[in-house]
Amino acid sequence: MTGSIAEIAGGLLLALGAFFFVVGAIGIYRFPDVYARMHAAGISDTVGVALLIAGMMLFSGFTLITAKLAIILGVILFTSPIATHALAQAALHAGVEPLLANGKLLAGPGVKPEPAKAGRAVARSRSAAAKRKRPVKKAARTARKASPKGRTKS
Amino acid sequence: MIFAAASLAVLAALVLAVIRALRGPTVFDRVLAGNAMGTGAIMLLALVGFLTGRPEFLDIGILYALLNIIGTLAVLKFFRHGDLSHPGGEEPEDE
Repeated sequence: MTGSIAEIAGGLLLALGAFFFVVGAIGIYRFPDVYARMHAAGISDTVGVALLIAGMMLFSGFTLITAKLAIILGVILFTSPIATHALAQAALHAGVEPLLANGKLLAGPGVKPEPAKAGRAVARSRSAAAKRKRPVKKAARTARKASPKGRTKS
Repeated sequence: MIFAAASLAVLAALVLAVIRALRGPTVFDRVLAGNAMGTGAIMLLALVGFLTGRPEFLDIGILYALLNIIGTLAVLKFFRHGDLSHPGGEEPEDE
């Protein structure tokens, strides 16, 4: 191993940074909605870039190259949230609706409230009726045991 | 060696962003992919600079990092107002 400890650590940071950069790009490729893809782009813009630049800084020591890398990191870290915010605001303004976890849209003009609340009330009343029925059944069972007809079988 | 591996990984990320730019159903997917491609290009520039032993291209990287954000905001303004010379502003004038 010809590298010093700084080069080994730099290589490790470069590998991690490249991994997170690719993970963010896979997210951009695979996520189902434009707003979800912005989250994935944020991964590669912050963690991926920061780790890659930190690894390169460890390789170049304390020179002008490190200062230029620090400037690139500062610019990307400051401008990436600006771009994401402007993009999300523009998409929302243009009418792109976000895709939620249960597939339903947010409440807004033209969206009816969820019918699941009515279903829950019906289920509650059904379970209350079931609870009311059970003590009646128990009384009938004990009445049947007490009768002489049930005793003859044993 | 690690620089070559990291450059290949960043290149794969760039290819995925290009696919999203080609496929994305809305224009905002394409703008997002363009922004990610710009960041990937800066990283590729820095990594290949270290790989070939000439890290002087980092100046171009600084320049492109600034141009990337300006380009993204310009495209978004164009798609919102239809005109790059629009004065902008959200609030309607009271007078």
